[in-house]
Amino acid sequence: MSNDFDRIERASRARKTTVRTITYILLTFWAVMVLFPYYWMLLTSIKSYSAYNAEYVPTFFTLTPTLQNYVSAFSEVPLARYFLNSIVFTVITTALMMAVIVPAAFAFARLEFKGKNLVFSLFLALMMIPNELVIITNFQTITNWGLRNSFAGLILPSVTSVFYIYLLRENFAQIPDELYNAAKVDGTTDFKYLTRVMMPICKPTIITIVILKVIECWNSYVWPRLVTDDPAYFLVSNGIQEIRENGFGRENIPAMMAAVVVISVPLIVLFLIFRNKVMAGVSRGGIKG
Amino acid sequence: MSKENNLKGWLYLLPAILFLGFFMVYPLVDVFVYSFEEGYNSASQTFFGVGLYNYSYVLHDPYFLQALKNTFILVIITVPLSTIIALLISVGLNSITAVKKLYQTVYFLPYVTNTLAVGLVFMILFKKTAYTDGLANLILAWFGKGPIDFIDGPYWAKMFVLCFYTVWVVMPFKVLILTSALASVNQDYYNAAKVDGTSSFRIFRKITLPMISPMIFYLVITGFIGAFKAYSDAVALFGTNLNAAEMNTIVGYVYDMLYGDSGGYPSYASAAAIILFAVVFTITLINLSISKKNVHY
Repeated sequence: MSNDFDRIERASRARKTTVRTITYILLTFWAVMVLFPYYWMLLTSIKSYSAYNAEYVPTFFTLTPTLQNYVSAFSEVPLARYFLNSIVFTVITTALMMAVIVPAAFAFARLEFKGKNLVFSLFLALMMIPNELVIITNFQTITNWGLRNSFAGLILPSVTSVFYIYLLRENFAQIPDELYNAAKVDGTTDFKYLTRVMMPICKPTIITIVILKVIECWNSYVWPRLVTDDPAYFLVSNGIQEIRENGFGRENIPAMMAAVVVISVPLIVLFLIFRNKVMAGVSRGGIKG
Repeated sequence: MSKENNLKGWLYLLPAILFLGFFMVYPLVDVFVYSFEEGYNSASQTFFGVGLYNYSYVLHDPYFLQALKNTFILVIITVPLSTIIALLISVGLNSITAVKKLYQTVYFLPYVTNTLAVGLVFMILFKKTAYTDGLANLILAWFGKGPIDFIDGPYWAKMFVLCFYTVWVVMPFKVLILTSALASVNQDYYNAAKVDGTSSFRIFRKITLPMISPMIFYLVITGFIGAFKAYSDAVALFGTNLNAAEMNTIVGYVYDMLYGDSGGYPSYASAAAIILFAVVFTITLINLSISKKNVHY
């Protein structure tokens, strides 16, 4: 009897171990699939031009790493300029967006005025409008205003985000009324209440929104491609495309990879610092997939 | 509610209303206007007449039909595939404790990297040049196959790379959503099933799947919408001249009509964008009606 019991116990334990092992193998396999392109771009970026082109069969490591490609990336093509453009674009767009959405979210969450519910419903309806539908006229508008190849042209249509207004409003609305009434009794103005009380309380949400917007700005490609054809105003996405098509010459792949590494690093660092905030933010309001 | 309060409310909303008015509401109306204006000239801003010619032009344009075909193939392959793989990964991830956090971080990386930049890496991995067959062909050679040029070669090879890269790009979002959905299933259900001696496959089918079905369904809908709008992944792999590479997508067609070598036709671009929107809208409605029968809330 007890032998049977042991046998069943052992068999079930063996099956569990097998399932566990297979699980780990599959998960590790996918982790390798995800990481491999990053490894490959780092590896290629430190191979010298001649060494890379001499490899008919690609090798998985290098014994003679060089930083020459990074030097080329910054000296032979205007990578630094693309980089700087992207920083300027990201910072101004994000700052402007916050200046627009914080008051709007505050008005929806806290102020009472005629037509509020109607406007709010209209805002919510706008969330369903795909970018592809409005981008055509925006392109014409920006062209007519003579803003092609300017930061204003890049930034203005990228500022608004109905979804973030909605997200922030939900958060603002959770702050109890008592706090507002107490502040009113003390004679605090609405603006002061917003900046001194509400924004500090909702800091986590605000940070999340900022991070999501920064990711979006850094990776934006379609709009910048439409409104800029002067490389002086290229952002990193257009820049890398320009480097690919007219940059180092088609064969200098290691230098191209160095540029790719430089472009990818800022967001990866940002992500590793704010890991939890980024992941929580994306699962609440992610828009890619 | 005083007059002053009314004014204040609208004042706080003013910047948002201005931006949305100029760059969303007005364009939304205008895109329909453009799509019906025949023979519109961007330079002189004049047009001949009003009608459906733009739609008929777009629907008879071989480039548009190619883009339509590419987009549908991409959608039909990548949406189910990425959802199933993401489900497998999330279930696996949920069942382990060691290195779980590390793997979650790793799996999320593609979300925060520039699609254009990493697309170049994929291009290099798959490209066959005079100097090297590339890594993908090295792996094929281990199995005695190849070499194939995945970037400038046959249609199906290019489509394979595009699908592969698309799945790689959309996976982080799906895994993230599904892992948090799985983690939030009430443990009592599992404990009750264990007491009854239910097999783990049956537990998965009868408890886990129904419990997370709303989230799976959410991913399928957003997946369809996202895949129909595919564009920058294709540019990253095949360059900006997608028509020449036979790899254009509907969104790519819209932008090419608007600007670039073949550009300057906002009317055709508008018609194509509205066709795209109609397709996505229809598919979403079909999805919603299917979900009513199969999703347990």
